[in-house]
Amino acid sequence: MIAINDRESFTILLKVLQEKGYTVIGPTVQGQAIVYDKIDSIQDLPVGCGDEHRPGGYSLRKRGDGALFGYVVGPASFKKFLFPPSQKLWQAKRTKDGFDVQKEKKERFKMAFLGVRPCEIQGIMVQVQVFLKGNYVDSHYQKRRKDNLIIAVNCSEPGGTCFCTSMHTGPSAKAGFDLCLTEIIEEKRHYFVAETGSPGGEVILKEVPHCEASASELKHRDQIMDKAENLMGRTMDTSGIKELLYRNRDHPQWEKIAQRCLSCANCTMVCPTCFCSHVTEGTDLTAQDVQRVRSWDSCFTSDFSYIHGRHVRHSTSARYRQWMTHKLASWIDQFGMSGCVGCGRCITWCPVGIDITEEVRNIRLGSVPNPNDSAKGVHDEND
Amino acid sequence: MARSKTDPMTPAIFHVKRVIRETEDTFTIELIPSNGTTGFSFKPGQFTMLYVLGAGEVPISISGDPFEKRCLTHTIRSVGNVTRLLQKLKAGEGIGVRGPFGSAWPVKASQGRDVIIVAGGIGLAPLRPVLYTVLKNRKKYNRISLLYGTRTPEDILYHQELMKWRSQFDIDIHVTVDQAGKSWKGNVGVVTTLISRIAFDSTQAVALICGPEVMMRFTIQEFRQRGLNNEDMYVSMERNMKCGIGFCGHCQYGPYFICKDGPVFRYDLVEDLMKVEEI
Repeated sequence: MIAINDRESFTILLKVLQEKGYTVIGPTVQGQAIVYDKIDSIQDLPVGCGDEHRPGGYSLRKRGDGALFGYVVGPASFKKFLFPPSQKLWQAKRTKDGFDVQKEKKERFKMAFLGVRPCEIQGIMVQVQVFLKGNYVDSHYQKRRKDNLIIAVNCSEPGGTCFCTSMHTGPSAKAGFDLCLTEIIEEKRHYFVAETGSPGGEVILKEVPHCEASASELKHRDQIMDKAENLMGRTMDTSGIKELLYRNRDHPQWEKIAQRCLSCANCTMVCPTCFCSHVTEGTDLTAQDVQRVRSWDSCFTSDFSYIHGRHVRHSTSARYRQWMTHKLASWIDQFGMSGCVGCGRCITWCPVGIDITEEVRNIRLGSVPNPNDSAKGVHDEND
Repeated sequence: MARSKTDPMTPAIFHVKRVIRETEDTFTIELIPSNGTTGFSFKPGQFTMLYVLGAGEVPISISGDPFEKRCLTHTIRSVGNVTRLLQKLKAGEGIGVRGPFGSAWPVKASQGRDVIIVAGGIGLAPLRPVLYTVLKNRKKYNRISLLYGTRTPEDILYHQELMKWRSQFDIDIHVTVDQAGKSWKGNVGVVTTLISRIAFDSTQAVALICGPEVMMRFTIQEFRQRGLNNEDMYVSMERNMKCGIGFCGHCQYGPYFICKDGPVFRYDLVEDLMKVEEI
């Protein structure tokens, strides 16, 4: 275990990454929010900036210290760099009897993500499962992910809508990073405890001034991270959640949520795992050059489920049920993992403050009993 | 399964061999792969994504003969932008094809059984490859029946072929229409009324059903009363699709992606879902 001692060493870390050809992407302050963007120097980081998260509310605050990673998470996750909101899939030129798909210029992506929260690492792992681990491989995602370096920063101060402990994704990163830092601010010292998670991470760290972390430094880190576990603004009971949601497709709560839900799709746009997309045709005026463009889509829009003459999910309650059931239940059947990482973005950025953790509790309240439980004569208090 | 080097979202170019008018709004399009010799293999029930330059892409079931590798055939109702343009294509014009995608009818697993094929409207198209297959291997199957319901006599698909098959006397074919003029001498009524006309042994029959969801639900109900189990019935489902390979999320149906887990499902796997509105 290593300690990187000061902000100066951190400047060197950025330089090392840049020299190795990485575009460094990390937190910046833009438009009164934490926005992940290109980082050129340490000045670009949100120095001394914290954030408040509550259902339907978000604001930045001055921390009064020099923390580089003193916020929770930005509204948009790192998803947008691996799975861009809008992206050309291929382009073609019209020919006499059809068209030719144009050969693409080789693009190389070498992105180092800096300040990736443990929940966001899981967000990336979930999308890797979707785009790269099935029978078909999405070459566009693969291109961006191939040389992607992840420098995680553990979440020492979780926010008001966080519930990563419930989803077992944080607040400390366990895997999926090249380098993982814990930021520690003491009265007279500001340092990072670093751990490497890959040979690539080791190579980077070698070039950054550091020393072996002392026992007291490690102890301080463990104390901070233990404390962080208890600072979650939210919790979600995930026991038997797949069966719970499958059993309760007719629960009256869906209708109640729909009375508040604006079907605005914000939750799906800020979610680090939502992967739905549509493809549109873009042509020039003469329709000689054509581009196929993939853009983020949302199960909350009416067109999403359109088939000739009808929208399958025409009501808001059906759309919310689809989103939440997919996220927490059917995702497990589809990809062997939950689609929720507990980052809380969908709660913070819902304009009416619908809280997915609260809604799971509401579904449990009036739940259809689990037939297996009654057969065994077992009463589960969560049911 | 294809882990190919090119991106699975990029189509291959096929050229139109011919477009055949089936009914007022339905046509069959035959395509030749432009890659020359390799041809095109698919399983009955699978679909492709057909792409027209400047318009877009649509999921369409393959309706042709699986043994005819040189020609890829689809039967399409022109109901939208892309399908209307497909209808207007001339021989030699090029379009994009991705696929084949999705699950297939249990053609092999149905050998030695009574096979009942039930189609509603354009639902006959994804079942025609089954008919080609079972009739080519006729001896491997017991009784074969086709029950086909459509809107009017003018909407009957593959009229010539149906006549030909009927004259072979090795398949029991019944057709019904929702409404007809006086010249129609055949059945009028929903397709479920035809079930009582055919002979099958419910202990070893298999039913392959494709049509509007409501038609499939009533057909299943009728077969249940006639002694078929849920595991003996297969349905083909339809949802919005943008990719065909599980990336776009549009075709989700409970835990399934219709594009890769379906479109053909054994009924017991979707029984619960088919009862839920707006799923």
